[in-house]
Amino acid sequence: VTSVVSGSRSDHRDPPPVVTPQRRRPLVERLLGKHPLGWLFGAPYLIFVFAIFAYPLIFAGYMSFHDYFFAAPGARVNRPFIGLENYADALTDPKVQQSFVNVGVFLIINVPLTVVLALVLATLLNQVVHLRTFLRFSFYVPYVTASVAIVGVWLFLFSGNGLVNQILGPLAPDPTWLINPQWAMPSIAFFVTWKGLGFYILLYLAALQNVPKELYESAATDGAGRISQFWHVTVPGVRPATVLVLLLATVTGANLFTEPYLLTGGGGPNGASTSPVFVMYQQGIQQGKPGYAAAIGIILVILVLIIALLQNRFVGDRDR
Amino acid sequence: MRGPATVLRGVVLGIGALAFLFPFYYMFIGSLQAEPDSTPAGAFPNPGNLTLANYAAIDSRISLVSGLINSGIFTGGVLLCTVLFGVLAGYALAILEWRGRSFTFGLALLVQVVPFQLLLVPLYVLIARNYGLGDNYLGMIIPFAINSAAVLIFRQYFLQLPRELFEAARIDGAGELKILGSVALPLVRPALATAVLLTFIGPWNEFLWPFLITKRADMQPLAVSLANYITNVAGSAANPFGAIMAGAVVLAVPVIVIFLIFQRYFVSTDLGSGVKG
Repeated sequence: VTSVVSGSRSDHRDPPPVVTPQRRRPLVERLLGKHPLGWLFGAPYLIFVFAIFAYPLIFAGYMSFHDYFFAAPGARVNRPFIGLENYADALTDPKVQQSFVNVGVFLIINVPLTVVLALVLATLLNQVVHLRTFLRFSFYVPYVTASVAIVGVWLFLFSGNGLVNQILGPLAPDPTWLINPQWAMPSIAFFVTWKGLGFYILLYLAALQNVPKELYESAATDGAGRISQFWHVTVPGVRPATVLVLLLATVTGANLFTEPYLLTGGGGPNGASTSPVFVMYQQGIQQGKPGYAAAIGIILVILVLIIALLQNRFVGDRDR
Repeated sequence: MRGPATVLRGVVLGIGALAFLFPFYYMFIGSLQAEPDSTPAGAFPNPGNLTLANYAAIDSRISLVSGLINSGIFTGGVLLCTVLFGVLAGYALAILEWRGRSFTFGLALLVQVVPFQLLLVPLYVLIARNYGLGDNYLGMIIPFAINSAAVLIFRQYFLQLPRELFEAARIDGAGELKILGSVALPLVRPALATAVLLTFIGPWNEFLWPFLITKRADMQPLAVSLANYITNVAGSAANPFGAIMAGAVVLAVPVIVIFLIFQRYFVSTDLGSGVKG
């Protein structure tokens, strides 16, 4: 912010203070700011952001409106403009539709479960004195470990005669979890919730440090019990963190790829656990239709933006 | 203080910790079993059923050493770029006054909510097809080269240093690079540790991007070769679960060890500042 202030100061019409002997600041300083070196230090990062985020985003938009196909590097090929055809194809493709329904099921299970469990566990963790380091470690460890590494043990645990079904006995679903059309997507949603929870607990722990202790004390003097305190002090106190957790969980969930690819062998059974990113991989890279895949990606991002705006509307600051 | 609420809290946290740690314990036990034992008794080590054969089995199908080396080069490249350019950018954002500062800060925040799925296809077309960087370490590293969250963490730490320090160094005639290297950096070591830990888990665990960009088995990071083993080869192995879990232990151990070493830096406030700006 200060850079804007100091930058605009030179444009002021007011005469310069008499005390300062120098008349005007050098041209470089007026154009680039007080420390032009800032541009040099920031340049690698700025170049990175433009090359890896800005340009590919524009390129994705361009591809989605063209019949884009792979060609040898440098070859001059005609990739005709086809307007919204990729979008129309994507929206009417039953496989794409199913992948969006699947990720919808995923988000309905994963997002609320993540918010509730992360907030409850963070609140409890914030109160404990003993074993704090150990407990934190155990909650964070799935988050820092690769999905690819954990998938193996989950396949083992949830296989037909795996430990989970042996303990459940007659209650075990048949066919078993990951090859059962009804249970495949919820199982993936539980896996991802479990895997990512540590990070959200961390965010809530940070937010809990900012809830004033006096609020709990005055609630206690008013006779509020622990549950009432949680509901009337903690929940409103961490609302900004909740908005962030909702956003990050939704964006991460919409990115779902590795878990269905590995847990259900690429979206099985019978497409019951495909995800939009998985369809993008199949269509864009395996079948050589990157324009079509880019259109699916843009539809997905628009849907995520709508969900994020709705979340912000209903969970965000209610005072305004 | 030992009321029923305290007991309940202990029980909930205890069950939670068990649910989070048990799969890791079970993975380790499973990787050592000669015969996969999925009965409840199999959750306890049985001396008659312990073997290292699964590690040999997975190593014969996917070279664990070359996978670890590739993961290490991929992760090391990202760490190097993030620390080098991220510190420069964080310093520019926190200490230097220049015209593009608020714009760059806004970009660093915005970049964190850009979903990777939108970048997936164009980045693949650009990096693998147009620039021919498939099966190449550079192609793996580029999309992750500078971690924006690390840039924000560096910025946050530099902001907390007293301004007078920099004024004094400048009056002494030190250049900005010298101030950064010998004054500012030694004071923000915790930021380095936090950023290294946060950045390490990204590329080490990343599957989708290196999976797309590497076709040659000898170029694949361990996460990719293990995933390929899970989807392709596992069906033909004598004890597929044992071999998968042996590979998984090899993939998981480096991260868990680094996490244990750096855990005291993995503090909520630092990361909160990184994510929220």
